[in-house]
Amino acid sequence: MKKNWPLWEVFVRSKNGLEHRHFGSLHAADADMALENARDVYTRRNEGVSIWVVESKYITASNPADNGELFEPAQDKIYRHPTFYDLPDEVKHM
Amino acid sequence: MKNENLYKYILGIADNSLILGQRLGELCGHGPNLETDIALTNINLDLIGQARSYYQYAAKLYGDNKQEDDIAFLRLEREYRNLLLVEQPNTHFGYVMARQFLFDIYHYLLMENLQHSKDETLVAIAKKGIKEVSYHKRFSSDWIKRLGDGTEESHAKVQEAINNLWRFTDEMFYLTEADKAVVDAGIGVDVSNLKETYYKKVSEVLTEATLQIPENKYFTKGGKEGLHTEHMGYILADLQYMQKTFPNMTW
Repeated sequence: MKKNWPLWEVFVRSKNGLEHRHFGSLHAADADMALENARDVYTRRNEGVSIWVVESKYITASNPADNGELFEPAQDKIYRHPTFYDLPDEVKHM
Repeated sequence: MKNENLYKYILGIADNSLILGQRLGELCGHGPNLETDIALTNINLDLIGQARSYYQYAAKLYGDNKQEDDIAFLRLEREYRNLLLVEQPNTHFGYVMARQFLFDIYHYLLMENLQHSKDETLVAIAKKGIKEVSYHKRFSSDWIKRLGDGTEESHAKVQEAINNLWRFTDEMFYLTEADKAVVDAGIGVDVSNLKETYYKKVSEVLTEATLQIPENKYFTKGGKEGLHTEHMGYILADLQYMQKTFPNMTW
């Protein structure tokens, strides 16, 4: 194929109440085809209740070279981390 | 066999799914791209799944310890009752989609009506199948529009396929003697009533796809009576190879 169809990212909500999660990507000529292809490639086994597709070119990604400034906050500013609260035992999964 | 007419009627529906499924199976790994390859193979699996449900029921009617595989694999060409349309080859992608589209519109109407049958098993199969068939119809209709209203080349190719396959469409609305008996019993669908709706729906999509609706005067039929085109022997040679080489082989 000389001209590939554009790439699309697929997000699937696995059940109501949960958020859409990134499932993978695929090729399609337009949004309608991307939805159909997503159904065929990713949701044939009851995986979801809702599909979002977005053309990959519309996603702006961070540059790994910028990871320092984006993800490594100064560790001395401990007041940024909520570590001073006593969690009651009943609160799970925190 | 007590219910010979019903048995034949069921095969008339089931064999369409089996043979079209087999045709689509030939494309596995050869689709134009990964996504379309998976889509066509999924449709193939839906159809084979439906065929199995029908064959299981037919085997029960036949009795005599008949199994679904015996019915699928061990009949002679004259005993298969599928439409001539579904056995036509995958000449090119335009043919694959045109064949699928022309069949899906019919298949959907058939399933829709089979849900009102007096036979509970057929109702259950139709209710399960119609969700799948509804997707097949959407998929193939979209592709017809895409190809028809696409490039000059895709338009010409899909038009050629529609023109060449059109002569097999009239057979869908033909009733065999067995079909008539099953329709009279309130179990079968009187397909002759579906004809008008069928051509209306097909024409809507073709018009949207900027394709010409063929004006054939000549139609051909025979599949429902077991008289097939020259392609059928080759399909069965492939399909039946394992059972004929290793009789009674199972998974």
